Amino acid sequence: MIEDILFQLELGLPQVVLGLVNGAFYALLSLGLAVIFGMLNVINFAHGAQFMMGAFVAWMLLAWGGIGYWWALVLSPLIVGAFGIVIEKLLISRLYKLDHLYGLLLTFGLALIIEGVFRNQFGSSGLPYSPPESLGGPPVDLGFMFLPKYRLWVVVASLVVSLATWLVIEKTRLGAYLRAATENAALVQAFGVNVPRMVTLTYAAGVALAAFAGVLAAPIYSVNPQMGSSLIITVFAVVVIGGMGSILGSVLTGFGLGLVEGLAKVFYPEASSTVIFVIMAIVLLARPAGLFGRA
Amino acid sequence: MAADSITATPETSRVRGLPGLQALGFNRAQSIAFLLLLAFLAIGPFFLYPVFLMKLLCFALFACAFNLLIGYVGLLSFGHAMFFGMGGYLAAHSAKVWGFTPELAILTGGAMGALLGVISGWLAIRRQGIYFAMITLALAQMVYFLCLQMRFTGGEDGIQGVPRGRLFGMFDLSADLSMYWLVAAVFLIGFLLINRVIHSPFGQVLTAIRENEPRAISLGYRADDYKMLAFVLSATLAGVAGGTKALVFGIATLTDVYWAMSGEVVLMTLLGGLGTVFGPAVGAAVIVTMQNYLAEFGAWVTVIQGGIFVICVVAFRAGIVGEIARWLRVRL
Repeated sequence: MIEDILFQLELGLPQVVLGLVNGAFYALLSLGLAVIFGMLNVINFAHGAQFMMGAFVAWMLLAWGGIGYWWALVLSPLIVGAFGIVIEKLLISRLYKLDHLYGLLLTFGLALIIEGVFRNQFGSSGLPYSPPESLGGPPVDLGFMFLPKYRLWVVVASLVVSLATWLVIEKTRLGAYLRAATENAALVQAFGVNVPRMVTLTYAAGVALAAFAGVLAAPIYSVNPQMGSSLIITVFAVVVIGGMGSILGSVLTGFGLGLVEGLAKVFYPEASSTVIFVIMAIVLLARPAGLFGRA
Repeated sequence: MAADSITATPETSRVRGLPGLQALGFNRAQSIAFLLLLAFLAIGPFFLYPVFLMKLLCFALFACAFNLLIGYVGLLSFGHAMFFGMGGYLAAHSAKVWGFTPELAILTGGAMGALLGVISGWLAIRRQGIYFAMITLALAQMVYFLCLQMRFTGGEDGIQGVPRGRLFGMFDLSADLSMYWLVAAVFLIGFLLINRVIHSPFGQVLTAIRENEPRAISLGYRADDYKMLAFVLSATLAGVAGGTKALVFGIATLTDVYWAMSGEVVLMTLLGGLGTVFGPAVGAAVIVTMQNYLAEFGAWVTVIQGGIFVICVVAFRAGIVGEIARWLRVRL
């Protein structure tokens, strides 16, 4: 019995490792959601659309400007982040005094607009975007399996960026302001910190994280207008499971659930699309505040 | 608090209703609006295409059911498509495979909504606010994936060729006009039931929970039980609406369980006016009409819907009926 399971696991190990790649996207996206929610108290429903924009901007930079992957990795988050600033200044900032649900509704509307515009412009079939040559080449031999270089890079890049975000928030002066303003914005403002600007930049940073994930995703999934919308619903479940209390918690939950999804693909493929939601239900029963959440 | 909460009922003194309609809990303005609604239902099919009207009424009932939650309990469910869509599947399946008469098929749809409502409500009520919205959305996505895999739903094809059958085994419904009267009756029953619930002592407790939950609890109300009951009721009526729609069009598909449908019902209710009696129906009428006339523009419909969302949230939070009510200084 146990040997059977081990044998199946050995065969399925590549699937499990590929689950980590999905986990990398869950981690980056739930991280961005958590950063935005912490500061703005808004669940950014447009996060999926902004992820998709990140991928499309990378594609446009290459197709129209001849600008390659590595520059896109920097430029696309900046461009989409700037778009985030406009959105926050024009629309979201009007809602801070209202019920938090309005923020969700507004960003849902934005997601519909963004997705619709891209579908009109580019159709829904998807555009190809190939990985840079330096990450093409033969797959890396991990001893037990061959992993395409690019997927390995996605996992590493996601880990590095998540860690950097954690360091900025936990260990720098700016992060200290941010955490203080999350606790009590009025008091921090009284100390002379420009809180509204900090809120705007936080939103831009969260959006830029989504766009960064989008550029990472572009060579793996085809670049299409719907690539963000179903992903973001899964990420919502990830956020509910992890709770939005801690940055490292979001990252851990993201990667962990990616792995679980990979395992499900090996042992019970029919459940691979629903396993995260089932886990969410179990966590809600056992620990309603989420694994890392504060009640 | 009232100004901050997602729906605030305008403060107006209770006006005495028209005799006879008082029993329904309507004030005078609402009674007049209700008579207009009845008149529209009665003469509508002679001016407008009945199938279009039936679609409109199904969505109006769906939006009214949704409004019971958001408008009177303050719970934003972002997964109501699961009740609507699964209600449709069950009604279609029971009418086609089990040979149920239409009224039984619709009730089966409602029962499916109730069952799903019990399960998802039991899970989602544990969290509030934004988390409640995310949980219901995630659960609905799970139901969507299940529908994609289960055999009885027909996957991408859906359940097609569902017969409308004979009402009570006697009246043939294949003519659009006969079907219309059934749909109108289902809508009216659902609408009046919701209205009765809102104006009952139970509904008053719901409103109290919406306005100040800790206080309602401290007064001895089990807030979670009240929320649960309202949630299941809303889910049941959404299932009825979905089941009716499946019979009207003879088809149940994945579109009705998809997250976009959950968003659509939120939009209809928001546009019409959260927490108003007539708002959801008006909102549904506007959105369905718009979809009908703009269908040829494809993805632009999504863009326009998103735009309406943004405008409603930023500048028009009372919705159409809410604004009219404020202008006339009545409660609608």
